[in-house]
Amino acid sequence: MIAGVPPSAATMFEALDQLFVSLKHWLVGQLPPAWQSWVSLAISAAAILGVFMTLFALTVLIERKGLGRIQNRYGPNRVGPWGLLQPIADLIKMLTKEDLVPSGADRVVHFVAPVVMVVPVLMAYAVIPIGRNMAAVDFNAGLLFFFAVGACIELAVFMAGWSSRNKYSLLGGMRAIAQMISYELPLILSTLPVVMLAGSLSLVDITDAQAGHSGGWLARWHVFTPWGLAGLLLFTVAATAESNRAPFDLPEGESEIIAGHLVEYSGIKYALFFIGEYLGMFAVSALGITLFLGGWRAPVIWLEWVPSYMWFFLKLGGFVALFIWLRGTLPRLRADHLMNLAWKFLLPLVLLNAVSAALWHYTAPWTFVGAGLARWLLCGSLVGVPYVLLGRRLFAGQHIGPRTYRMAA
Amino acid sequence: MDIAFLITAAAILAGAAGAMAARSVVHCALCGVVAFASLAVAFLQLRAEFVGFAQLLVYVGAVAILIVVALLLTRNFEATHEALSFRPWALGLAIALLVSGAVVSAILGSGLGVGAPPSAPPPTVKAIGDLLMTRYVVALEAMGVLLTVALIGAALVALRENGPGRPAKPGEQGSVAGRLEE
Repeated sequence: MIAGVPPSAATMFEALDQLFVSLKHWLVGQLPPAWQSWVSLAISAAAILGVFMTLFALTVLIERKGLGRIQNRYGPNRVGPWGLLQPIADLIKMLTKEDLVPSGADRVVHFVAPVVMVVPVLMAYAVIPIGRNMAAVDFNAGLLFFFAVGACIELAVFMAGWSSRNKYSLLGGMRAIAQMISYELPLILSTLPVVMLAGSLSLVDITDAQAGHSGGWLARWHVFTPWGLAGLLLFTVAATAESNRAPFDLPEGESEIIAGHLVEYSGIKYALFFIGEYLGMFAVSALGITLFLGGWRAPVIWLEWVPSYMWFFLKLGGFVALFIWLRGTLPRLRADHLMNLAWKFLLPLVLLNAVSAALWHYTAPWTFVGAGLARWLLCGSLVGVPYVLLGRRLFAGQHIGPRTYRMAA
Repeated sequence: MDIAFLITAAAILAGAAGAMAARSVVHCALCGVVAFASLAVAFLQLRAEFVGFAQLLVYVGAVAILIVVALLLTRNFEATHEALSFRPWALGLAIALLVSGAVVSAILGSGLGVGAPPSAPPPTVKAIGDLLMTRYVVALEAMGVLLTVALIGAALVALRENGPGRPAKPGEQGSVAGRLEE
Protein backbone atom coordinates (compact mmCIF):
# COMPACT_ATOMS: atom_id res chain seq x y z
CA MET A 1 0.00 0.00 0.00
CA ILE A 2 2.56 2.56 1.05
CA ALA A 3 5.72 2.59 -1.01
CA GLY A 4 9.23 2.99 0.33
CA VAL A 5 8.69 2.25 4.05
CA PRO A 6 9.22 -0.97 6.02
CA PRO A 7 6.07 -3.04 6.73
CA SER A 8 5.94 -2.21 10.46
CA ALA A 9 6.04 1.51 9.76
CA ALA A 10 3.45 1.04 7.01
CA THR A 11 1.02 -0.50 9.52
CA MET A 12 1.59 2.43 11.86
CA PHE A 13 0.98 4.99 9.12
CA GLU A 14 -2.12 3.06 8.06
CA ALA A 15 -3.43 3.19 11.63
CA LEU A 16 -2.69 6.90 11.83
CA ASP A 17 -4.50 7.47 8.54
CA GLN A 18 -7.58 5.62 9.73
CA LEU A 19 -7.36 6.98 13.30
CA PHE A 20 -10.62 8.93 13.22
CA VAL A 21 -12.49 6.27 11.26
CA SER A 22 -11.48 3.55 13.75
CA LEU A 23 -12.31 5.83 16.67
CA LYS A 24 -15.81 6.39 15.31
CA HIS A 25 -16.30 2.67 14.65
CA TRP A 26 -15.20 1.86 18.19
CA LEU A 27 -17.52 4.50 19.68
CA VAL A 28 -20.49 3.34 17.62
CA GLY A 29 -19.72 -0.30 18.44
CA GLN A 30 -20.25 0.40 22.15
CA LEU A 31 -23.91 1.20 21.55
CA PRO A 32 -27.00 -0.99 21.07
CA PRO A 33 -27.53 -1.85 17.36
CA ALA A 34 -30.76 0.14 17.09
CA TRP A 35 -28.90 3.38 17.78
CA GLN A 36 -25.82 2.73 15.71
CA SER A 37 -26.81 4.27 12.38
CA TRP A 38 -28.18 7.42 14.03
CA VAL A 39 -25.20 7.91 16.33
CA SER A 40 -22.83 7.29 13.43
CA LEU A 41 -24.44 10.11 11.45
CA ALA A 42 -24.52 12.37 14.50
CA ILE A 43 -20.81 11.84 15.11
CA SER A 44 -20.02 12.67 11.48
CA ALA A 45 -22.14 15.82 11.66
CA ALA A 46 -20.55 16.90 14.94
CA ALA A 47 -17.06 16.33 13.52
CA ILE A 48 -17.82 18.38 10.40
CA LEU A 49 -19.34 21.16 12.48
CA GLY A 50 -16.48 21.24 14.96
CA VAL A 51 -13.65 21.06 12.44
CA PHE A 52 -14.98 23.57 9.95
CA MET A 53 -16.13 26.06 12.60
CA THR A 54 -12.63 25.99 14.08
CA LEU A 55 -11.21 26.44 10.61
CA PHE A 56 -13.57 29.38 10.13
CA ALA A 57 -12.36 31.08 13.32
CA LEU A 58 -8.72 30.53 12.35
CA THR A 59 -9.29 31.72 8.79
CA VAL A 60 -10.90 34.97 9.89
CA LEU A 61 -7.89 35.65 12.11
CA ILE A 62 -5.39 34.70 9.41
CA GLU A 63 -7.26 36.75 6.84
CA ARG A 64 -7.23 39.85 9.05
CA LYS A 65 -3.56 39.30 9.78
CA GLY A 66 -2.75 38.63 6.14
CA LEU A 67 -4.70 41.61 4.81
CA GLY A 68 -3.00 43.70 7.46
CA ARG A 69 0.42 42.63 6.24
CA ILE A 70 -0.55 43.23 2.61
CA GLN A 71 -1.69 46.74 3.57
CA ASN A 72 1.44 47.38 5.64
CA ARG A 73 -0.17 47.29 9.09
CA TYR A 74 -0.20 44.77 11.93
CA GLY A 75 -3.72 43.38 12.01
CA PRO A 76 -5.23 42.15 15.30
CA ASN A 77 -2.47 41.75 17.89
CA ARG A 78 -4.01 42.76 21.23
CA VAL A 79 -6.11 39.78 22.40
CA GLY A 80 -3.88 36.93 23.55
CA PRO A 81 -0.42 36.18 22.16
CA TRP A 82 -0.12 37.50 18.56
CA GLY A 83 -3.86 38.19 18.64
CA LEU A 84 -4.64 34.45 18.67
CA LEU A 85 -7.67 34.87 20.95
CA GLN A 86 -9.27 37.46 18.65
CA PRO A 87 -11.92 34.99 17.29
CA ILE A 88 -13.15 34.35 20.85
CA ALA A 89 -13.37 38.06 21.54
CA ASP A 90 -15.27 38.51 18.27
CA LEU A 91 -17.67 35.74 19.18
CA ILE A 92 -18.45 37.26 22.57
CA LYS A 93 -18.96 40.64 20.93
CA MET A 94 -21.33 39.17 18.33
CA LEU A 95 -23.34 37.26 20.93
CA THR A 96 -23.78 40.21 23.25
CA LYS A 97 -24.66 42.80 20.61
CA GLU A 98 -28.24 43.94 20.33
CA ASP A 99 -30.28 42.13 17.70
CA LEU A 100 -31.80 45.00 15.73
CA VAL A 101 -34.73 44.49 13.38
CA PRO A 102 -35.86 47.54 11.36
CA SER A 103 -39.41 48.60 12.19
CA GLY A 104 -40.46 48.31 8.55
CA ALA A 105 -38.88 44.91 8.09
CA ASP A 106 -40.64 41.67 7.39
CA ARG A 107 -39.82 40.09 10.74
CA VAL A 108 -40.30 36.42 9.86
CA VAL A 109 -38.33 36.46 6.60
CA HIS A 110 -35.67 38.65 8.23
CA PHE A 111 -35.31 36.03 10.97
CA VAL A 112 -35.30 32.99 8.67
CA ALA A 113 -32.78 34.31 6.11
CA PRO A 114 -29.58 33.69 8.16
CA VAL A 115 -30.75 30.14 8.90
CA VAL A 116 -31.41 29.47 5.22
CA MET A 117 -27.90 30.75 4.57
CA VAL A 118 -26.04 28.47 7.00
CA VAL A 119 -27.98 25.20 6.94
CA PRO A 120 -27.55 24.32 3.22
CA VAL A 121 -23.84 25.14 3.39
CA LEU A 122 -23.38 22.75 6.30
CA MET A 123 -25.37 20.11 4.43
CA ALA A 124 -23.01 20.40 1.46
CA TYR A 125 -20.12 19.07 3.59
CA ALA A 126 -21.89 15.73 3.93
CA VAL A 127 -20.70 14.53 0.52
CA ILE A 128 -17.10 15.79 0.65
CA PRO A 129 -14.52 13.01 1.23
CA ILE A 130 -12.19 14.62 3.78
CA GLY A 131 -9.89 11.61 3.95
CA ARG A 132 -9.71 7.94 3.04
CA ASN A 133 -13.10 6.44 4.08
CA MET A 134 -14.01 9.84 5.52
CA ALA A 135 -17.09 11.03 3.63
CA ALA A 136 -20.17 11.41 5.86
CA VAL A 137 -22.46 10.01 3.14
CA ASP A 138 -21.62 8.70 -0.31
CA PHE A 139 -24.53 9.73 -2.49
CA ASN A 140 -24.87 8.27 -5.93
CA ALA A 141 -25.44 11.84 -7.13
CA GLY A 142 -23.17 13.61 -4.64
CA LEU A 143 -22.09 16.38 -6.98
CA LEU A 144 -25.70 17.15 -7.87
CA PHE A 145 -26.53 17.24 -4.14
CA PHE A 146 -23.73 19.75 -3.59
CA PHE A 147 -25.04 22.13 -6.24
CA ALA A 148 -28.67 21.57 -5.24
CA VAL A 149 -28.12 22.69 -1.67
CA GLY A 150 -25.79 25.44 -2.87
CA ALA A 151 -28.66 26.87 -4.90
CA CYS A 152 -30.56 27.61 -1.68
CA ILE A 153 -27.98 30.24 -0.71
CA GLU A 154 -29.15 32.57 -3.47
CA LEU A 155 -32.59 32.49 -1.95
CA ALA A 156 -31.19 33.36 1.49
CA VAL A 157 -29.45 36.42 0.08
CA PHE A 158 -32.64 37.52 -1.64
CA MET A 159 -34.65 36.99 1.56
CA ALA A 160 -32.17 39.08 3.52
CA GLY A 161 -32.12 41.81 0.90
CA TRP A 162 -35.85 42.04 0.48
CA SER A 163 -37.01 41.62 4.07
CA SER A 164 -34.84 44.44 5.41
CA ARG A 165 -36.88 47.13 3.56
CA ASN A 166 -33.75 49.07 2.82
CA LYS A 167 -32.80 50.22 -0.66
CA TYR A 168 -29.16 49.26 -0.20
CA SER A 169 -30.21 45.82 0.97
CA LEU A 170 -32.46 45.37 -2.02
CA LEU A 171 -29.72 46.52 -4.41
CA GLY A 172 -27.28 44.12 -2.79
CA GLY A 173 -29.78 41.28 -3.03
CA MET A 174 -30.41 41.96 -6.71
CA ARG A 175 -26.72 42.16 -7.48
CA ALA A 176 -26.12 38.94 -5.60
CA ILE A 177 -28.83 37.04 -7.48
CA ALA A 178 -27.69 38.30 -10.89
CA GLN A 179 -24.09 37.40 -10.09
CA MET A 180 -24.74 34.01 -8.54
CA ILE A 181 -27.05 32.86 -11.35
CA SER A 182 -24.55 33.99 -13.97
CA TYR A 183 -21.62 32.22 -12.36
CA GLU A 184 -23.51 29.08 -11.40
CA LEU A 185 -23.52 28.12 -15.06
CA PRO A 186 -19.73 28.18 -15.62
CA LEU A 187 -19.22 26.66 -12.17
CA ILE A 188 -21.40 23.63 -12.88
CA LEU A 189 -20.21 23.28 -16.47
CA SER A 190 -16.56 23.40 -15.41
CA THR A 191 -17.17 20.23 -13.38
CA LEU A 192 -18.68 18.51 -16.43
CA PRO A 193 -15.38 17.12 -17.87
CA VAL A 194 -14.58 15.49 -14.54
CA VAL A 195 -17.96 13.77 -14.44
CA MET A 196 -17.56 12.74 -18.09
CA LEU A 197 -14.21 11.07 -17.58
CA ALA A 198 -14.75 9.69 -14.07
CA GLY A 199 -18.14 8.35 -15.20
CA SER A 200 -19.76 9.12 -11.86
CA LEU A 201 -21.42 11.91 -9.91
CA SER A 202 -20.30 10.44 -6.60
CA LEU A 203 -17.44 12.46 -5.09
CA VAL A 204 -15.94 9.30 -3.56
CA ASP A 205 -15.81 7.68 -7.01
CA ILE A 206 -14.32 10.83 -8.51
CA THR A 207 -11.54 10.74 -5.91
CA ASP A 208 -10.95 7.07 -6.69
CA ALA A 209 -10.74 7.89 -10.40
CA GLN A 210 -7.61 9.92 -9.57
CA ALA A 211 -5.83 7.00 -7.91
CA GLY A 212 -2.62 5.52 -9.26
CA HIS A 213 0.56 7.09 -10.55
CA SER A 214 1.83 8.07 -13.96
CA GLY A 215 5.53 7.51 -14.62
CA GLY A 216 5.70 5.57 -11.38
CA TRP A 217 5.72 8.58 -9.07
CA LEU A 218 3.38 11.45 -10.05
CA ALA A 219 -0.25 11.13 -8.92
CA ARG A 220 -2.95 10.94 -11.59
CA TRP A 221 -4.74 14.07 -10.44
CA HIS A 222 -7.03 15.63 -12.99
CA VAL A 223 -5.10 18.87 -12.77
CA PHE A 224 -2.15 17.16 -14.48
CA THR A 225 -4.13 16.97 -17.73
CA PRO A 226 -4.77 19.95 -20.05
CA TRP A 227 -8.52 19.90 -19.48
CA GLY A 228 -8.01 19.45 -15.73
CA LEU A 229 -5.67 22.42 -15.51
CA ALA A 230 -8.00 24.64 -17.54
CA GLY A 231 -10.96 23.26 -15.60
CA LEU A 232 -9.36 24.05 -12.25
CA LEU A 233 -8.59 27.64 -13.30
CA LEU A 234 -12.10 28.21 -14.68
CA PHE A 235 -13.62 26.52 -11.64
CA THR A 236 -11.62 28.72 -9.28
CA VAL A 237 -12.73 31.92 -11.01
CA ALA A 238 -16.37 30.84 -11.01
CA ALA A 239 -16.12 29.63 -7.40
CA THR A 240 -14.67 32.96 -6.26
CA ALA A 241 -17.61 34.74 -7.84
CA GLU A 242 -20.11 32.22 -6.53
CA SER A 243 -18.92 32.67 -2.95
CA ASN A 244 -19.04 36.48 -3.37
CA ARG A 245 -15.36 36.87 -2.53
CA ALA A 246 -13.21 39.77 -3.70
CA PRO A 247 -12.73 40.73 -6.53
CA PHE A 248 -16.34 39.64 -7.11
CA ASP A 249 -17.74 41.13 -3.89
CA LEU A 250 -20.17 43.47 -5.65
CA PRO A 251 -23.21 42.31 -3.63
CA GLU A 252 -21.53 43.64 -0.50
CA GLY A 253 -19.50 46.45 -2.04
CA GLU A 254 -18.84 48.40 1.17
CA SER A 255 -17.86 51.58 -0.68
CA GLU A 256 -20.94 51.54 -2.94
CA ILE A 257 -23.86 49.96 -1.12
CA ILE A 258 -22.40 49.72 2.41
CA ALA A 259 -22.59 45.88 2.61
CA GLY A 260 -25.77 45.27 0.60
CA HIS A 261 -28.02 42.63 2.06
CA LEU A 262 -26.16 42.72 5.38
CA VAL A 263 -26.93 46.40 6.14
CA GLU A 264 -29.79 45.70 8.53
CA TYR A 265 -28.30 42.70 10.28
CA SER A 266 -26.49 42.87 13.59
CA GLY A 267 -25.23 40.60 16.32
CA ILE A 268 -25.43 36.88 15.87
CA LYS A 269 -27.59 37.05 12.73
CA TYR A 270 -24.86 39.01 10.99
CA ALA A 271 -22.37 36.48 12.31
CA LEU A 272 -24.43 33.67 10.77
CA PHE A 273 -24.19 35.29 7.34
CA PHE A 274 -20.47 35.73 7.88
CA ILE A 275 -20.11 32.07 8.88
CA GLY A 276 -22.24 30.99 5.92
CA GLU A 277 -20.03 32.88 3.49
CA TYR A 278 -16.79 31.44 4.84
CA LEU A 279 -18.14 27.92 5.12
CA GLY A 280 -19.40 28.28 1.56
CA MET A 281 -15.91 29.29 0.47
CA PHE A 282 -14.40 26.24 2.22
CA ALA A 283 -17.04 23.95 0.73
CA VAL A 284 -16.49 25.11 -2.82
CA SER A 285 -12.70 24.89 -2.33
CA ALA A 286 -13.15 21.37 -1.00
CA LEU A 287 -15.15 20.54 -4.10
CA GLY A 288 -12.38 21.92 -6.32
CA ILE A 289 -9.83 19.84 -4.40
CA THR A 290 -11.94 16.71 -4.79
CA LEU A 291 -12.61 17.23 -8.48
CA PHE A 292 -9.22 18.39 -9.74
CA LEU A 293 -6.55 18.08 -7.05
CA GLY A 294 -6.99 14.42 -6.17
CA GLY A 295 -9.06 14.96 -3.02
CA TRP A 296 -7.17 13.52 -0.07
CA ARG A 297 -4.51 11.85 -2.24
CA ALA A 298 -0.80 12.64 -2.01
CA PRO A 299 0.83 14.39 -5.00
CA VAL A 300 3.85 12.05 -5.27
CA ILE A 301 4.31 8.42 -4.31
CA TRP A 302 7.01 9.14 -1.70
CA LEU A 303 4.63 11.21 0.42
CA GLU A 304 1.83 8.67 0.69
CA TRP A 305 2.66 8.00 4.35
CA VAL A 306 1.25 11.41 5.34
CA PRO A 307 -2.34 10.85 6.58
CA SER A 308 -4.99 11.51 3.95
CA TYR A 309 -6.87 14.16 5.95
CA MET A 310 -3.63 16.10 6.37
CA TRP A 311 -3.34 16.35 2.59
CA PHE A 312 -6.94 17.49 2.32
CA PHE A 313 -6.55 20.28 4.84
CA LEU A 314 -3.17 21.28 3.41
CA LYS A 315 -4.81 21.78 0.02
CA LEU A 316 -7.74 23.58 1.64
CA GLY A 317 -5.26 25.86 3.37
CA GLY A 318 -3.69 26.60 0.00
CA PHE A 319 -7.07 27.59 -1.43
CA VAL A 320 -7.82 29.81 1.57
CA ALA A 321 -4.43 31.51 1.24
CA LEU A 322 -5.13 32.10 -2.45
CA PHE A 323 -8.49 33.69 -1.66
CA ILE A 324 -6.94 35.97 0.96
CA TRP A 325 -4.18 36.94 -1.43
CA LEU A 326 -6.69 37.74 -4.17
CA ARG A 327 -8.75 39.84 -1.78
CA GLY A 328 -5.72 41.83 -0.73
CA THR A 329 -4.55 42.36 -4.31
CA LEU A 330 -7.37 42.81 -6.81
CA PRO A 331 -9.80 45.74 -7.04
CA ARG A 332 -13.53 45.06 -7.30
CA LEU A 333 -15.02 44.42 -10.76
CA ARG A 334 -17.61 46.67 -12.37
CA ALA A 335 -21.09 45.14 -12.81
CA ASP A 336 -20.95 44.98 -16.62
CA HIS A 337 -17.41 43.58 -16.60
CA LEU A 338 -18.65 40.93 -14.20
CA MET A 339 -21.45 39.87 -16.56
CA ASN A 340 -19.21 39.99 -19.62
CA LEU A 341 -16.66 37.77 -17.93
CA ALA A 342 -19.27 35.15 -17.08
CA TRP A 343 -21.23 35.03 -20.31
CA LYS A 344 -18.76 35.96 -23.03
CA PHE A 345 -15.57 34.52 -21.61
CA LEU A 346 -16.03 31.77 -19.02
CA LEU A 347 -19.05 30.12 -20.63
CA PRO A 348 -17.46 29.47 -24.09
CA LEU A 349 -14.26 28.31 -22.44
CA VAL A 350 -15.94 25.79 -20.11
CA LEU A 351 -17.87 24.37 -23.06
CA LEU A 352 -14.68 24.04 -25.11
CA ASN A 353 -13.00 22.46 -22.12
CA ALA A 354 -15.59 19.68 -22.18
CA VAL A 355 -14.72 19.06 -25.85
CA SER A 356 -11.05 19.07 -24.92
CA ALA A 357 -11.69 16.46 -22.23
CA ALA A 358 -13.51 14.25 -24.73
CA LEU A 359 -10.57 14.59 -27.14
CA TRP A 360 -8.16 13.67 -24.35
CA HIS A 361 -10.23 10.60 -23.61
CA TYR A 362 -10.36 9.40 -27.22
CA THR A 363 -6.66 10.04 -27.93
CA ALA A 364 -5.67 7.89 -24.93
CA PRO A 365 -4.81 4.83 -27.11
CA TRP A 366 -2.12 6.79 -29.03
CA THR A 367 1.19 5.03 -28.58
CA PHE A 368 3.65 6.61 -31.04
CA VAL A 369 6.73 8.48 -29.82
CA GLY A 370 5.80 11.85 -28.37
CA ALA A 371 2.13 10.94 -28.15
CA GLY A 372 1.84 12.51 -24.71
CA LEU A 373 3.23 15.82 -25.95
CA ALA A 374 0.97 15.75 -29.01
CA ARG A 375 -2.09 15.11 -26.86
CA TRP A 376 -1.12 17.93 -24.54
CA LEU A 377 -0.63 20.35 -27.44
CA LEU A 378 -3.85 19.31 -29.16
CA CYS A 379 -6.12 19.39 -26.11
CA GLY A 380 -4.37 22.40 -24.60
CA SER A 381 -4.66 24.47 -27.76
CA LEU A 382 -8.37 23.70 -27.94
CA VAL A 383 -8.80 25.82 -24.82
CA GLY A 384 -5.67 27.97 -25.02
CA VAL A 385 -6.19 29.43 -28.51
CA PRO A 386 -9.83 30.49 -27.86
CA TYR A 387 -8.62 31.96 -24.55
CA VAL A 388 -6.20 34.26 -26.36
CA LEU A 389 -8.62 35.09 -29.19
CA LEU A 390 -11.56 35.77 -26.86
CA GLY A 391 -9.39 37.87 -24.60
CA ARG A 392 -8.13 39.95 -27.52
CA ARG A 393 -11.59 40.42 -28.94
CA LEU A 394 -13.12 41.44 -25.63
CA PHE A 395 -10.32 43.89 -24.92
CA ALA A 396 -10.42 45.29 -28.49
CA GLY A 397 -10.97 49.03 -28.55
CA GLN A 398 -10.20 49.39 -24.87
CA HIS A 399 -7.05 51.09 -23.77
CA ILE A 400 -5.45 48.85 -21.24
CA GLY A 401 -2.28 50.42 -20.01
CA PRO A 402 -0.55 51.61 -16.89
CA ARG A 403 -2.92 53.37 -14.51
CA THR A 404 -2.75 57.14 -14.56
CA TYR A 405 -3.47 59.13 -11.44
CA ARG A 406 -5.21 62.45 -12.04
CA MET A 407 -6.37 63.34 -8.54
CA ALA A 408 -3.71 61.79 -6.36
CA ALA A 409 -0.14 62.92 -6.60
CA MET B 1 -47.92 5.54 6.08
CA ASP B 2 -45.02 6.56 8.22
CA ILE B 3 -44.57 9.73 10.19
CA ALA B 4 -41.84 11.13 7.94
CA PHE B 5 -44.17 11.03 4.94
CA LEU B 6 -46.98 12.67 6.90
CA ILE B 7 -44.72 15.54 7.98
CA THR B 8 -43.47 16.02 4.42
CA ALA B 9 -46.99 15.92 2.99
CA ALA B 10 -48.15 18.45 5.56
CA ALA B 11 -45.24 20.74 4.61
CA ILE B 12 -46.06 20.46 0.91
CA LEU B 13 -49.72 21.26 1.51
CA ALA B 14 -48.93 24.09 3.91
CA GLY B 15 -46.51 25.61 1.41
CA ALA B 16 -49.04 25.36 -1.42
CA ALA B 17 -51.81 26.81 0.72
CA GLY B 18 -49.53 29.63 1.81
CA ALA B 19 -48.63 30.37 -1.79
CA MET B 20 -52.35 30.76 -2.52
CA ALA B 21 -53.34 32.67 0.58
CA ALA B 22 -50.46 35.05 1.36
CA ARG B 23 -51.14 38.73 0.80
CA SER B 24 -47.67 39.80 -0.26
CA VAL B 25 -46.45 38.45 -3.60
CA VAL B 26 -42.98 37.75 -2.21
CA HIS B 27 -44.53 35.70 0.59
CA CYS B 28 -46.41 33.72 -2.04
CA ALA B 29 -43.15 33.00 -3.83
CA LEU B 30 -41.38 31.98 -0.61
CA CYS B 31 -44.26 29.70 0.39
CA GLY B 32 -43.96 28.15 -3.05
CA VAL B 33 -40.31 27.46 -2.28
CA VAL B 34 -41.36 25.60 0.87
CA ALA B 35 -43.66 23.42 -1.26
CA PHE B 36 -40.91 22.80 -3.86
CA ALA B 37 -38.32 21.86 -1.24
CA SER B 38 -40.74 19.58 0.64
CA LEU B 39 -41.54 17.86 -2.63
CA ALA B 40 -37.81 17.20 -3.06
CA VAL B 41 -37.80 15.61 0.40
CA ALA B 42 -40.76 13.44 -0.63
CA PHE B 43 -38.79 12.24 -3.67
CA LEU B 44 -35.85 11.41 -1.41
CA GLN B 45 -38.14 9.36 0.83
CA LEU B 46 -39.08 7.36 -2.24
CA ARG B 47 -35.33 6.70 -2.71
CA ALA B 48 -35.32 8.72 -5.94
CA GLU B 49 -32.05 10.54 -5.22
CA PHE B 50 -31.54 12.00 -8.65
CA VAL B 51 -35.09 13.32 -9.03
CA GLY B 52 -35.01 14.78 -5.53
CA PHE B 53 -31.76 16.67 -6.07
CA ALA B 54 -32.81 17.78 -9.53
CA GLN B 55 -36.08 19.05 -8.06
CA LEU B 56 -34.14 21.09 -5.52
CA LEU B 57 -31.67 22.41 -8.09
CA VAL B 58 -34.22 23.30 -10.75
CA TYR B 59 -37.19 24.48 -8.69
CA VAL B 60 -35.50 26.16 -5.73
CA GLY B 61 -32.33 27.16 -7.55
CA ALA B 62 -33.82 28.31 -10.83
CA VAL B 63 -37.62 28.58 -10.92
CA ALA B 64 -38.02 30.25 -7.52
CA ILE B 65 -35.14 32.62 -8.27
CA LEU B 66 -36.71 33.43 -11.65
CA ILE B 67 -40.03 34.28 -9.97
CA VAL B 68 -38.29 36.41 -7.40
CA VAL B 69 -36.25 38.31 -9.98
CA ALA B 70 -39.32 38.87 -12.12
CA LEU B 71 -40.96 40.37 -9.02
CA LEU B 72 -37.96 42.57 -8.32
CA LEU B 73 -38.06 43.95 -11.86
CA THR B 74 -41.78 44.73 -11.61
CA ARG B 75 -42.93 48.16 -10.56
CA ASN B 76 -44.83 48.34 -7.26
CA PHE B 77 -44.32 44.70 -6.44
CA GLU B 78 -44.28 45.63 -2.77
CA ALA B 79 -47.95 46.59 -2.87
CA THR B 80 -49.99 44.04 -0.98
CA HIS B 81 -53.37 43.17 -2.36
CA GLU B 82 -56.45 43.05 -0.24
CA ALA B 83 -57.84 40.02 -2.03
CA LEU B 84 -56.06 37.87 -4.55
CA SER B 85 -58.98 35.50 -4.39
CA PHE B 86 -60.60 34.17 -7.49
CA ARG B 87 -64.19 35.35 -7.65
CA PRO B 88 -66.18 32.62 -9.42
CA TRP B 89 -65.79 29.94 -6.76
CA ALA B 90 -67.71 27.26 -8.60
CA LEU B 91 -65.51 27.59 -11.69
CA GLY B 92 -62.32 27.40 -9.64
CA LEU B 93 -63.54 24.39 -7.74
CA ALA B 94 -64.60 22.64 -10.95
CA ILE B 95 -61.18 23.19 -12.56
CA ALA B 96 -59.40 21.97 -9.42
CA LEU B 97 -61.52 18.83 -9.31
CA LEU B 98 -61.04 18.20 -13.02
CA VAL B 99 -57.25 18.51 -12.84
CA SER B 100 -56.83 16.43 -9.68
CA GLY B 101 -59.26 13.84 -11.03
CA ALA B 102 -57.24 13.55 -14.24
CA VAL B 103 -53.98 13.17 -12.30
CA VAL B 104 -55.37 10.60 -9.88
CA SER B 105 -56.99 8.53 -12.63
CA ALA B 106 -53.75 8.62 -14.61
CA ILE B 107 -51.82 7.33 -11.59
CA LEU B 108 -54.36 4.62 -10.82
CA GLY B 109 -54.51 3.53 -14.45
CA SER B 110 -50.74 3.49 -14.95
CA GLY B 111 -50.40 -0.10 -13.79
CA LEU B 112 -48.12 0.80 -10.89
CA GLY B 113 -49.00 -1.44 -8.00
CA VAL B 114 -50.84 0.73 -5.53
CA GLY B 115 -49.46 0.16 -2.07
CA ALA B 116 -47.08 -2.55 -3.27
CA PRO B 117 -43.53 -2.19 -1.94
CA PRO B 118 -40.87 -1.45 -4.57
CA SER B 119 -39.12 -4.67 -5.56
CA ALA B 120 -36.33 -3.50 -7.85
CA PRO B 121 -33.43 -1.49 -6.39
CA PRO B 122 -33.63 2.25 -7.10
CA PRO B 123 -32.07 3.13 -10.44
CA THR B 124 -28.64 4.70 -10.23
CA VAL B 125 -27.76 8.01 -11.81
CA LYS B 126 -25.72 6.08 -14.35
CA ALA B 127 -28.77 4.06 -15.42
CA ILE B 128 -30.82 7.24 -15.81
CA GLY B 129 -28.03 8.81 -17.85
CA ASP B 130 -27.75 5.74 -20.09
CA LEU B 131 -31.47 5.82 -20.80
CA LEU B 132 -31.43 9.56 -21.49
CA MET B 133 -28.57 9.14 -23.95
CA THR B 134 -30.01 6.12 -25.77
CA ARG B 135 -33.75 5.59 -25.63
CA TYR B 136 -34.87 9.13 -24.83
CA VAL B 137 -32.16 11.00 -26.69
CA VAL B 138 -34.61 12.67 -29.10
CA ALA B 139 -36.68 14.09 -26.27
CA LEU B 140 -33.54 15.30 -24.53
CA GLU B 141 -32.19 16.98 -27.66
CA ALA B 142 -35.56 18.57 -28.43
CA MET B 143 -35.62 20.00 -24.91
CA GLY B 144 -32.09 21.35 -25.37
CA VAL B 145 -33.07 23.04 -28.64
CA LEU B 146 -36.15 24.53 -27.01
CA LEU B 147 -34.12 25.99 -24.15
CA THR B 148 -31.50 27.35 -26.54
CA VAL B 149 -34.20 29.04 -28.61
CA ALA B 150 -35.65 30.54 -25.43
CA LEU B 151 -32.21 31.80 -24.39
CA ILE B 152 -31.51 33.41 -27.78
CA GLY B 153 -34.99 34.91 -27.85
CA ALA B 154 -34.51 36.39 -24.40
CA ALA B 155 -31.17 37.89 -25.43
CA LEU B 156 -32.81 39.42 -28.53
CA VAL B 157 -35.66 40.88 -26.48
CA ALA B 158 -33.10 42.39 -24.14
CA LEU B 159 -31.19 43.92 -27.06
CA ARG B 160 -34.29 45.53 -28.63
CA GLU B 161 -35.03 47.66 -25.60
CA ASN B 162 -32.01 49.86 -26.23
CA GLY B 163 -32.55 50.15 -29.97
CA PRO B 164 -31.34 47.78 -32.66
CA GLY B 165 -27.81 46.53 -32.50
CA ARG B 166 -26.84 48.37 -29.36
CA PRO B 167 -25.96 46.16 -26.41
CA ALA B 168 -27.95 46.76 -23.26
CA LYS B 169 -26.22 48.82 -20.66
CA PRO B 170 -25.42 47.10 -17.39
CA GLY B 171 -27.91 47.40 -14.58
CA GLU B 172 -30.80 48.21 -16.89
CA GLN B 173 -33.84 46.07 -16.59
CA GLY B 174 -33.76 44.46 -20.00
CA SER B 175 -30.23 43.20 -19.70
CA VAL B 176 -30.73 41.48 -16.37
CA ALA B 177 -34.12 40.04 -17.32
CA GLY B 178 -32.76 38.67 -20.57
CA ARG B 179 -29.95 36.91 -18.85
CA LEU B 180 -32.18 35.36 -16.27
CA GLU B 181 -34.52 33.78 -18.77
CA GLU B 182 -32.16 30.86 -19.19
